Amino acid sequence: MELLLDSLFNGVAIGSVLLVAALGLAIVFGLMGVINLAHGELMMLGAYTTYVTQLIFKLPILKPFYNSYIIVSIFLAFIVSGVVGILLEKTIIRKLYGSPLETLLATWGVSLILQQFVRSVPLAYGTGLVISLLIGLFLPTTFPSKIKESINFKYFKFSSWIFAALTGVLTGSLISSSVSKLSRASARNVDVTAPSWMRGQVEIIGTAFPKTRLMIIVITLISVIAITLFLNQSAWGMRIRAVTQNRQMSDCLGISTEKVDIITFGIGSGLAGVAGVAVSLLGSVGPNVGGNYIVGCFMVVVLGGVGNLLGTVLASFGIGIMTDLIGAGRLLSIWPDMPLPLTNTINFFATTSMARVMIFALIVIFLQFKPTGLFPQKGRMVEN
Amino acid sequence: MRISRRILAGLATASLAVTATSCGGGGTSGSFDDTVTVGILHSLSGTMAISESTLVDTEKMAIEEINAAGGVKVGGKSYKIEYIVEDGASDWPTFAEKSKKLIDQDGVPVVFGGWTSASRKAMLPVYESKDAFLYYPIQYEAQECSNNIFYTGATPNQQSEPATDFMYKRSPAAGGDFFLVGSDYVFPRTSNTITKAQVKQLGGKVVGEDYLPLGNTEVAPIISKIKKALPDGGIIINTLNGDQNVAFFKQIQDAGITPSSGYYVMNYSIAEEEISTIGPEFLEGHYGAWNYMMSIDTPASKKFAASFKKRWGADRVVADPQESAYNMVYLWKQAVEDAGTFDDNAVREALVGQKFDAPQGPVEVMPNHHLSQTVRIGEINAEGGFTILEETGVVLPQAWNQKHPSSKGFACDWTDPSKGEKYKL
Repeated sequence: MELLLDSLFNGVAIGSVLLVAALGLAIVFGLMGVINLAHGELMMLGAYTTYVTQLIFKLPILKPFYNSYIIVSIFLAFIVSGVVGILLEKTIIRKLYGSPLETLLATWGVSLILQQFVRSVPLAYGTGLVISLLIGLFLPTTFPSKIKESINFKYFKFSSWIFAALTGVLTGSLISSSVSKLSRASARNVDVTAPSWMRGQVEIIGTAFPKTRLMIIVITLISVIAITLFLNQSAWGMRIRAVTQNRQMSDCLGISTEKVDIITFGIGSGLAGVAGVAVSLLGSVGPNVGGNYIVGCFMVVVLGGVGNLLGTVLASFGIGIMTDLIGAGRLLSIWPDMPLPLTNTINFFATTSMARVMIFALIVIFLQFKPTGLFPQKGRMVEN
Repeated sequence: MRISRRILAGLATASLAVTATSCGGGGTSGSFDDTVTVGILHSLSGTMAISESTLVDTEKMAIEEINAAGGVKVGGKSYKIEYIVEDGASDWPTFAEKSKKLIDQDGVPVVFGGWTSASRKAMLPVYESKDAFLYYPIQYEAQECSNNIFYTGATPNQQSEPATDFMYKRSPAAGGDFFLVGSDYVFPRTSNTITKAQVKQLGGKVVGEDYLPLGNTEVAPIISKIKKALPDGGIIINTLNGDQNVAFFKQIQDAGITPSSGYYVMNYSIAEEEISTIGPEFLEGHYGAWNYMMSIDTPASKKFAASFKKRWGADRVVADPQESAYNMVYLWKQAVEDAGTFDDNAVREALVGQKFDAPQGPVEVMPNHHLSQTVRIGEINAEGGFTILEETGVVLPQAWNQKHPSSKGFACDWTDPSKGEKYKL
C-alpha cells in the first residue's frame, strides 16, 4: 500500500511538471498549430520572474509579505510571459501562419535571442523593458472609444509608448539601484529559494511527501481547471474553439480571428510562465532552463493527441508514472521473484538514462499504431 | 524565400565580422625587448561560459602578474606576454577549429584552454598532428596521456580516491553503504568505475548507482532509489555536473536526505563558485575534495585569492580549476625560461621536473605530463566555503588509473622514448 502510494505520488509529481510545462504548448501547438520552439524560453522568463520577485520581496517595504512571494510570482510570471508571447505573435508569428517550417526556424531564432537576452541584459532593465511593453501594448486599449475612433489615435498610441518607455526606464533604474543583484548582467545560473513554509515534507497516511512537489501539483491542477473552464465556459473560449475547428467559417460568422489568435497565443505563453515558476522550485534558474523541457513538452502534446487537453493531461501523467515505474525499478519490488531474464532486463532499464530511452521507444511504438495520439481530434480541420 | 536567403547571407557576414574582432591584448606597459603572443581558448558563450570565463580571468591575471614582474626572460631578452582570446562557444568542434587558427594563423607557441573532457578530446588530434602544445587545467577522469597536452588538474587518484577512503573510514557515515550519482557522460562513469573498485577493495558495498542525462533535472526516481537502497543513511558520491546539482540538492533536502538524518554526500564537481550558486543552506554538512580550497590558510593561498578579488571584484571567489589555470601559466613561463627558447619540443623537455610554489602548496611536473599535488577533504560550511578536515601529502598523478580494470598496471612516461604513452609497469 505504502509502496503503491509512493509510486503513484512520484508518478503524479513527475507528470505534473510535464503537464504544467506542456499545457501552454498544448494550446499554442495543439489548438493553433504553431510550432513554437521558444516555448521553453517563455518558461525561462517565468522562472526569472520568480527570481526577480523573490529579490524584490526581500526589500524592507515588502519584507513582511516575503512568505507569499511565490503566489504573487505565479501571476506576475503569467503576465510577463504572456506579454512577451503577445509581442512575439504580433511581430513574427502572425506573418507565418500556415508555414510551419518558417515558424519553426523563426521561433528557434527567438529562443536564442531570449537566451542571450537574459545573459547580457541586467535583469532590472529586463524587468523595465517588460513593464514598458505591458504599458505600451495595453494602455491604448483602455482609452475611451471616442479617442480610439478619432483620426488622431495614432498620436495617442505614440504618446502612450513614450510614456511606457519612460516608466520602463524609471522602474528599471529604481530596481537596479535598490537590488544590487539585479543591476549587473550575468550568465550565471541563479537560485530561487522556496519560502520556509514550502520547504521540508508533510506526512500523509504515513508517507512523507516533499512540500514543493505538492505545491507544483496544486499549481498544475489550478492551471488545468482554469484553462478548461475558460475554454469551455467563456465566450472567448468558445471563439477560440470555433477558430480552431474552422477558421474560415468562424471568420465569416464575425469572429475576429486576429484577436482570437492574440488571446490564444497570449494565454499559451502565460501558462509557460506559470510552468517557469514551478520548475524554478525544482532546480536552478538559468538561460538554458527552458531548453531542458521543450522536447518533453512536444512529446506530451503529440502523445496526447494534438488539440486535446484531456489527452495532454493523461499523456503527462502516463509518462510520469512510467518514468517512475521503469526508472526506479519498482516492478521488482511489486513482484520480487520474477524469472531471472526479466529481472535483468528491468534492472538494465532501471536507470534514469535508460528509462528515458525505454519511454521514447514505447512512445514511438505507440505512435506507429495511433499516429494521431491518444485522443485524435475529429473535425473539418483534420480532414482538410 | 529570396529575401530570407539574402538575410541569411547578411547574417553570415555579420557573424564572421564578430569572430574576426574577438581578439584581446596585453595588460601593463613597461620596457620589454620583444613580445610573445599566447593563445587562450575557453568558452565565452553558451552553457560552459559561466565556468570557463573564470579561467580566462585567472589566466589574464597570471599573465599580467608575470608582465609586471618583467615578463619572460629568454636568452637574455625580456619578452612581454600578449594573448589572443578565442571563444570555444561550448561547442566541441569549435574548440578544434579555433585551436587550428591559433596554431597556424597566429603562430602561438602555447594554448591554454578547455574545460570539458569533450572539448579536450576534440582538440587532442589537432595538437598531436601539428605537434603543438595545449595546457589543460581541469580535474578530469584521466585514462589519457598525450605528448602534446599538459594536464594541471587532478587525476582520479588525486581527488576521488582519497575522498572515498575518507568517507569509508573517517566520515560520520564510516563503514556505511555507497550510492553513486552522476551526470551521464564520461567523467562520472569513469570516476564511478574507479570508486566501485576501490570500495570493493576497502570491504564496503556499493548498493546503487544512477546517471542523470545531461540537461535533465528530474531527480525523483533517483531519490526513491536512494531511499530504498539506503533506508537508514549512508554515503552518496556525487559527480553531477553544473545546474543538475541545484536540482539534486534542493530535492534531496525536501525528501529528508540530509546530514542530520545520516546521509553524507561527497562531491567532486562542487567548488566555492558552485556552492554560492547552489546556496550553502542546501550543502552545509556535505563534503568536497579538491587540491585547492579558498580557505587554505597559507600566505600563497591568501595572496592568490586577494589578488584575484583585487583584479576582478571583491565578490569573486577562487576555486580549484582557477588555481590549476594560474599554475599552468607560471609553469609554462618557468619551462620557457629554462629551455631558453619558445620552441615546443625544448619547452616540453624543460617542463618535466618544473617545481612551482602554487597557492595549494608545492607542485611538480611529472614525466606523465600531470602534476603532483596535495589533496584536501573539506566540509562545506554555512559561509559557503570549505572547512578543511584532512590534507594528504603530495600525491603523484596516475594518468592510467591503477584501480580501473582497463588501465591497471599501466603508466605513462614521456621522458623515456621506450615507454611513452602507455607502458606496462
